[in-house]
Amino acid sequence: MAKELLKGNEAIAEAAIRSGLEAYFGYPITPQTELLEWLSRRMPELGRTFLQAESELAAINMVYGAACTGARVMTSSSSPGISLMMEGISYIAGTEIPVVLVDVMRGGPGLGNIAPAQGDYNQIVHGGGHGDFHPIVLAPASVQESIDLTVEAFDLADKYRAIVVVLIDGSIGQMMEPAELPPMQPIQKRNQEWAVTGAKDRERRILSSIYIDPEDEEVINFRLLERWNEIEANELRYKEYFMEDAELVVIGFGTAGRVALSAVRAARSEGIPVGLLRPITVSPFPYARIKEQTELACGMLVVEMNSGQMLQDVLAAVGGKIPVEFYGRMGGVVPLPDEILAEIRRLCYEPVAPSANPRISWMNRMNITKN
Amino acid sequence: MGLNPPVETVYKRPETLTQTATHYCPGCTHGVAHRLVAEVMEEMNLQEKTIGVASVGCSVFAYNYIDCDFVEAAHGRAPAMATGIKRLLPDRIVFTYQGDGDLASIGMAEIVHAAARGENITTIFINNAIYGMTGGQMAPTTLPGQITTSSPTGRDIEQAGFPIRTAEMLATLDGAGYIARRSLHDPKNIRKAKKSIRLAFETQQRGLGFSMVELLSTCPTNWGLNPIEALQWIEERMIPVYPLEDFKVSPALSQVRV
Repeated sequence: MAKELLKGNEAIAEAAIRSGLEAYFGYPITPQTELLEWLSRRMPELGRTFLQAESELAAINMVYGAACTGARVMTSSSSPGISLMMEGISYIAGTEIPVVLVDVMRGGPGLGNIAPAQGDYNQIVHGGGHGDFHPIVLAPASVQESIDLTVEAFDLADKYRAIVVVLIDGSIGQMMEPAELPPMQPIQKRNQEWAVTGAKDRERRILSSIYIDPEDEEVINFRLLERWNEIEANELRYKEYFMEDAELVVIGFGTAGRVALSAVRAARSEGIPVGLLRPITVSPFPYARIKEQTELACGMLVVEMNSGQMLQDVLAAVGGKIPVEFYGRMGGVVPLPDEILAEIRRLCYEPVAPSANPRISWMNRMNITKN
Repeated sequence: MGLNPPVETVYKRPETLTQTATHYCPGCTHGVAHRLVAEVMEEMNLQEKTIGVASVGCSVFAYNYIDCDFVEAAHGRAPAMATGIKRLLPDRIVFTYQGDGDLASIGMAEIVHAAARGENITTIFINNAIYGMTGGQMAPTTLPGQITTSSPTGRDIEQAGFPIRTAEMLATLDGAGYIARRSLHDPKNIRKAKKSIRLAFETQQRGLGFSMVELLSTCPTNWGLNPIEALQWIEERMIPVYPLEDFKVSPALSQVRV
């Protein structure tokens, strides 16, 4: 298949169709609406289910019901809509059924704005609703990667009977890039041994997230945790750039990682030995890889489009062994490569006290530049 | 000539009702409603093709008693979940079983939109004018002046507004095929309730749109009445506020004899 000029949101929608998406339920919200619009046209054309729900709350619960039949289903939204879906996400996790969710993040908190941001990291990676569970979270940085990871998301969801989130920001959702779509997979009528379809010629099935006896609920929690350990062991993905001899390491996911790559390239051309580690799975998170790098590197810089949410995970991995600095833009502001380049230079030429609080020193620097 | 009179079974436990004893309080009519649903499922031979959607409230364990495939929805979201199932499996029968807090308070948006879309699902709506499971708080259907644990001096309409007549409201929607209110306070009304439940499932089977039967039910424990007084309370207090009527009957149902 040849490359075409594709918009992120639409590319994800079409990739989902080609992965065998049987039903989509969603609600309009900028900057993800094109995804819903694309599916509103394509799904009926293919004789598949598209339904515009009355709210994100309804959409996630329609997805919950549809997923209980064993079908490949998906919903998508943007930050405030994802907040509304949290209840359903937790129920889906507790029921152990596969669902794919796309979050096209925007500026917040509250109504915020419709500009690209990464403020949902905590609500998705460390949140996802009440109770103990972890969603698998994939963070593409381009339209092509969004396509590839959407395809993978469905397989991972099926494999682990888990929620897989494709986490992008508004810029990836809205941008157009040359990319190649996957071939069309036929819909497989899968006879899942857990699905509710009507108890014909078999014992009846009950799908629920209720375990009224705490001892039973604890067993389920252990089962979820065991499955998570398996995911952590097998499904970690990240991409490295210029890391072979890197003394400084920049870490960023999605758009922030992509902008950081431009800065890292520029710094390399200045002779600064800097590399980039871009987590593709932000959940599971590459703790071990980052920890390993502390033996070789003398400093790290975390770049995010939030106030340092992933920073906490990097700090946990580094364990105070080397200095970690942070640079973030918030509220829908996308950092420019030059801003990150300046941070790389500073990290290279100015000593950083290992004990310094990276968020406080970043805020102090931001105030200086703002003045 | 045989002298023994012929033996005919006129009443038995439906196969579609499990052998599990219910957890409901003495005098609660949830058990009656469950049985009616189970009887209709059996009579229409629907057991193998039905998927129930239980809700949150006293009937959270409905799946322990009604013997078919089941899912358990989040509070208020049963119609959304039922929508997802029905859209994927349009030839199955999908029903929700919801109380008044679940359906008319936290889940009002989902039930209204499921009805408006003409979603081919059936809803059994238990209206007992109170929150049962959490211990007797005010419901959207609580009567003016009714004492509950969260309206200790009686529901004050100045402060807490008025009860919602859900059946009447949903009947205004074009997507609704069959909407009726019945009561479970005496045998005559229970028979009428069963007929309505049958019609609701017939509505779904014929693809005539959304169907709902609202059932006035008792909650002796939280009403502070004995079971007999509770049945009388339905008749004397609830029916004047919630009239027993057919609010919407699709013309296509006129040929259906049940």
